[in-house]
Amino acid sequence: MTALQQKTTEVVDPVPGAGAPHLPDQPDLVQLLTPEGERVEHPDYRLDISDEELRGLYRDLALVRRWDAEATALQRQGELGIWASLLGQEAAQVGAGRALAEGDMAFPTYREHGVAWTRGVDPLHVMSLFRGVDQGGWDPVARSFNLYTVVIGAQTLHATGYAMGLQRDGAENAALAFLGDGATSQGEVNEAMIWASTFAAPVVFFCQNNQYAISAPIERQSRVPLFHRAAGFGFPGVRVDGNDVLAVLAVTRAALAAAREGSGPTFIEAFTYRMGAHTTSDDPTRYRLAGELEEWKLRDPIARLKAHLSRTGIAGPEFFTAVDAEGDELAARIRKGTVEMPDPAGTEMFDHVFAEQTPELAQQREEFVAYHASFEGEQ
Amino acid sequence: MTETLTIGKALNLGLRKAMEDDGKVVLMGEDIGKLGGVFRITDGLQKDFGEARVVDTPLAEAGILGTAVGLAMRGYRPVCEIQFDGFVFPAYNQIVTQVAKIHARSRGKLPMPIVIRIPFGGGIGAVEHHSESPEAYFAHTAGLKVVAVSTPADAYWGIQQAIAAPDPVVFLEPKRRYWEKGEVDTDGTPDPLFGSRVVRGGDDVTVLAYGPMVKTALQAADAAAEEGRSLEVVDLRTLSPLDLDPVYESVRRTGRCVVVHEAPVTLGLGAEIAARVTEHCFHSLEAPVLRVGGYDTPYPPSKMEEDYLPDLDRVLDAVDRSMGF
Repeated sequence: MTALQQKTTEVVDPVPGAGAPHLPDQPDLVQLLTPEGERVEHPDYRLDISDEELRGLYRDLALVRRWDAEATALQRQGELGIWASLLGQEAAQVGAGRALAEGDMAFPTYREHGVAWTRGVDPLHVMSLFRGVDQGGWDPVARSFNLYTVVIGAQTLHATGYAMGLQRDGAENAALAFLGDGATSQGEVNEAMIWASTFAAPVVFFCQNNQYAISAPIERQSRVPLFHRAAGFGFPGVRVDGNDVLAVLAVTRAALAAAREGSGPTFIEAFTYRMGAHTTSDDPTRYRLAGELEEWKLRDPIARLKAHLSRTGIAGPEFFTAVDAEGDELAARIRKGTVEMPDPAGTEMFDHVFAEQTPELAQQREEFVAYHASFEGEQ
Repeated sequence: MTETLTIGKALNLGLRKAMEDDGKVVLMGEDIGKLGGVFRITDGLQKDFGEARVVDTPLAEAGILGTAVGLAMRGYRPVCEIQFDGFVFPAYNQIVTQVAKIHARSRGKLPMPIVIRIPFGGGIGAVEHHSESPEAYFAHTAGLKVVAVSTPADAYWGIQQAIAAPDPVVFLEPKRRYWEKGEVDTDGTPDPLFGSRVVRGGDDVTVLAYGPMVKTALQAADAAAEEGRSLEVVDLRTLSPLDLDPVYESVRRTGRCVVVHEAPVTLGLGAEIAARVTEHCFHSLEAPVLRVGGYDTPYPPSKMEEDYLPDLDRVLDAVDRSMGF
């Protein structure tokens, strides 16, 4: 039994007297790297991975965390309006992102900075969203990474529709829909899973169960483990250790491969923990105990890979020092790029509402320009 | 070729033509395939174009619109049928937060050429949620275009134009007029989709209507003519964007304006139109712009709907009040 498997989740009974629905132990949890950094095998999920790839994953995890820390600092210094930290979820995101093949399309929520990184999105194009310059500066088609979707769960339907398009095109690709534990309560997410199932659409639902939907614990969303929900929709559900980048990579790769081969959707529950606040506006000390965080720190996704790389000699101190230095450079570039980011021209709000501009909006734009021009020359 | 068609059949032929012209057009909706839709608007299309292009969907309106977004991202042109006006609300989130905003969100990188067909309005003796006029919700939403057709010719051409349009279009079909007949020249040149049209000339009062109320306004004009009053009737056709230049031109001549719709008057299309007509024709107006519409009640049980819906007499009453100023 691993530390994670030994954990029995405390359940608050929402209906007094109805009997507490204890979440079970986790014999089904897929794990390839223990919290102590020990490589273990799983009969269903083998992972052949080179030392180079292992070092690459570590670099991804470390750089994404460094970016996240810099972004949180920039928000505190007034340079961002808000930031949704991914702290603790790096392995879930990097593992899922690196499982994608060229031509696969990812549909993120607003926290998938780690996936953005794996898709080659410039961090500054994410920062511009949280600074209020735009709604995300990257090209979603070129990067095969949709723009962030803030309305909870709405993107799962987009991913399913996109997958139906892949089917019609005869494309050998899949869509990867990201969602959180809270989103599983949304009607649209349930609709997406029904559609995906009935049309056998090549889409994988990747749920990061980080245990909280802002303040609401998982017990407020579900009385069964989330991955059990998949059975009701008629496709496989898998619970993977979301803090184990290798297991996430293996499980997501397998699910995407099955989708591409026409076997339909899979629901992946990446069991993880939001180590930070929901966003920089949140205060988790009001709704969760400090001890819980301490417990999860022992399962840190980066520390365990570092331990593995060190113990096996796949990477040494020089490598880790170099990654740290690269992180500092990245953070400096992000900081400089963010604070120097120019504000957009006000006219931009009119320019992309439609592909075919309407006379009404063109007129409003003209009036806006004339109004501002009327102040020219004033102090 | 000129044919006499019902509005319903004209829509059916228009959809067929659009599907022949563009292989990326995909129809989606509840019961639209084997059944041909509850109003038979898609009759025969699944048989001829297959289940991948005429999709009988699960019973989930948010799902229809949400998957349409994904299909549009993949280069398809989804045409979504909402079975009845009152069932659009489960899809409202996808329409307002996603369909309407994705073009702007992506700064033009993700076009959303989605058509949302909605049979709208009352007068068919139906149960709750089958007789509503939700156009103002959509006209109020930036990023959507909203049109309402009133004739078989506009139905035939309009649905093709809406499908070819690069932006999302809410396409309102006057369900109680589905069986009304008219001439359609399928070789002709259609009027632009986003334009209003003067459908009857007159000098005394300008009456504005769209969708099912165009016929009512024309009937009112006939009745008024018998009393020696000359009404000019404008079919607005496009509700967002509004095309009011022909209306301003008309009101500057008549000095009087009445707006008619089935939707409740409070904050309905008539309110916006009244404000704009007042702003543009202030010095020509002989009377305030008057509105005739539904009351601010939920759409009533069908035995009361004749009391709720604007009819010829209520339009004439408003004309009288306008003339009386």
